[in-house]
Amino acid sequence: MSFELETAKEPEKLKRVVIEPVSRVEGHGKVTILLDDENRVHQVRLHIVEFRGFERFIQGRPYWEAPVMVQRLCGICPVSHHLAAAKAIDVLVGAKHLTPAAEKLRRLMHYGQILQSHALHFFHLASPDLLFGFDSDIAKRNIVAVAAAYPEIAKQGVLLRKFGQEVIRLTAGKRVHGTGAIPGGMNKNLSKEERAELLKDIYHMVAWSRDAVHLAKKLYVEDLERNSQFGYFRSSTMGLIRADGALDLYHGGLRAKDAMGQPIFDHVDYSGYNDVINEEVKSWSYMKFPFFTAKGTEEGWYKVGPLARVNNCDFIPTPLAEAERHDFVAYGSGFPIHSPLAYHWARMIEMLHAAEVIKDLLHDDDISGSDLVTQGERALEGVGVIEAPRGTLFHHYRVDENDQITMANLIVSTTSNNHAMNEAVRQVAKQYLDGHTVTEPLLNHIEVVIRAFDPCLSCATHALGKMPLMVEILDAEGGALDRVYKDGSGDVGCGA
Amino acid sequence: MSDNTINIDGQTVPFLPGQTIMEAAMAAEVYIPHLCHNPEFTPHGSCKLCTVSVNGRSAAACTMPAAAGQQILNNTEELNANRRALVQMLFVEGNHFCPFCEKSGNCQLQALGYYLGMMDPHYNHFYPARAVDGSHPDVLLDLNRCIMCELCVRASRDVDGKNVFGLTGRGIHTHITVNSPSGRLGDTNLAVSDKAAEVCPVGAIIKKRHGFAVPIGERLYDHKTIREVQTEAHK
Ligand code: SF4
Ligand code: FES
Repeated sequence: MSFELETAKEPEKLKRVVIEPVSRVEGHGKVTILLDDENRVHQVRLHIVEFRGFERFIQGRPYWEAPVMVQRLCGICPVSHHLAAAKAIDVLVGAKHLTPAAEKLRRLMHYGQILQSHALHFFHLASPDLLFGFDSDIAKRNIVAVAAAYPEIAKQGVLLRKFGQEVIRLTAGKRVHGTGAIPGGMNKNLSKEERAELLKDIYHMVAWSRDAVHLAKKLYVEDLERNSQFGYFRSSTMGLIRADGALDLYHGGLRAKDAMGQPIFDHVDYSGYNDVINEEVKSWSYMKFPFFTAKGTEEGWYKVGPLARVNNCDFIPTPLAEAERHDFVAYGSGFPIHSPLAYHWARMIEMLHAAEVIKDLLHDDDISGSDLVTQGERALEGVGVIEAPRGTLFHHYRVDENDQITMANLIVSTTSNNHAMNEAVRQVAKQYLDGHTVTEPLLNHIEVVIRAFDPCLSCATHALGKMPLMVEILDAEGGALDRVYKDGSGDVGCGA
Repeated sequence: MSDNTINIDGQTVPFLPGQTIMEAAMAAEVYIPHLCHNPEFTPHGSCKLCTVSVNGRSAAACTMPAAAGQQILNNTEELNANRRALVQMLFVEGNHFCPFCEKSGNCQLQALGYYLGMMDPHYNHFYPARAVDGSHPDVLLDLNRCIMCELCVRASRDVDGKNVFGLTGRGIHTHITVNSPSGRLGDTNLAVSDKAAEVCPVGAIIKKRHGFAVPIGERLYDHKTIREVQTEAHK
């Protein structure tokens, strides 16, 4: 199936623009744009090279290694992989229900991860564009400039992230690549002292997260017309949902709705994900395109992540975030909100929810409990699913009777959002590039919309405004007509 | 000076007749880095990490008998640099991925790397292809992490009386084998309670399904260097 602007009729006659971050965190992404002599856009593609070597590498390894090993997959959300794998391995060791202590400690770790990742995403990666403008001076598009112009905002962003990392450190043993979750439970609890240390700051975190929701909202609604239209497209959505319809980022069944908000499936046991989701291969991309089997490739693509989740849930089970959700959905007038830039607003609502959940868990004596591991009847196959910061994350393993992994399959949120991000990039190219001479600020519009979904595709160093970027415009013979580049120091240059 | 003393880095260390330099040093709480040496077993002298200078000549402290008046250099920059290089070579010869190895924090190779100030592997990785043997119900054999210290061979032969492990091949092709017709651990009479199942200083022989149970911060080398751990063990 091909979509508008996905494939040009006569690509050999067009010039090509490539946006390629040179260094990156997870996977490997670039955008190619084909233009004619009048700079009309004919084809736009976001190519993501997924790191699939892992699924081979883990074959033969003992299953209990998986939750620790998989953390190497992503520099931004290693904890999500850790927990998704641990949930799959729980199934292998027959741990149908974790002990209350283990379950709550896992949740604490996960919401710590949501908090730190959402803070990083919004404050470090997105806020410069949102505060200074998409085509602002490139030298200003970084957190350092935010700190100079809005010191209080930058400070809160940094401290929110740090707090989330502390939650992770105390539950997993380390800020990155810890070992907390083990088959059937956890290897440590939180001592009274550790809880007291976090409780000291948590109320600030809740208050600042609420301020962040208001900031994200303000930035969105102050130019509602542009922001709601920016890269706009409609699609189905998917995410985990608690049995009672509440937002739950750690566990639940799969819920999917169509673009109008009508249910496609609901409360599906995720161990049967293969029955509802299929993956399409396209010749031009290394990354697969998942779709809902029932809807087919044309209609069945979907988006995941904060926007999908906040749209999809019936309520958020913490009061402050729930109040913000009401405010948010009111802008949809009864329909799901699809604007990519609304991702940031939804993301901050989730961050507030995460802070509230952490606060409640810190007051819960179960997290200091000592009954941490449970096991039951062994199984040879297990699926674990979690709502990672950027969306639904699937881990699926099979083992043999020797405890060695024979098969691993992962669907990461970037893959689920593959089609949606392509669509968003095409819309922005149509809205902002079509007919214009390509400049760095214009190309930043493309990055802005990618960043609404996924910070991993833009490079982590972009947090400092130093994303090395090369844009080449080639003529039909492949000769360079023009070149705009940003080097590692953030300096911009021009010329063929 | 008494007849039964040696001198290590300027310190007078007494010894009993028949003791090796390593034994005398450890008894006096003088740490000599070592890997294939384990006080419970007959010395083996293969890893060369314990190499010291005895009266100006190199010798393995774990096999060299102490003799009156020996002038020994141990904790010198040069000797430690050589030791660091040996550890680096061990790292690149196998597949040692500390970040997701369950022995991390309890591993002597890793602890020695830290103790000797190893910041990187320095040499090119061999990335050998070695299969994991999970056929035993309770013990996993992962030769990716084997450093050929032969402690398992010695433990199985000398303590367990079973000869489950052996050594075969030459030079760089030397490797540990399992003495069963299939070559699989599951076809031996190894028991999880055997000495051979617990003696491995690295993560090559591990008890199944216990990985990562000890949280970071409570592992053997989380707060102490291998020098502190091994000298305290001798007290
Ligand atoms: S398996 Fe362990 S004990 Fe045996 S030789 Fe290898 S490293 Fe030494
Ligand atoms: S410890 Fe002496 S040679 Fe290995």
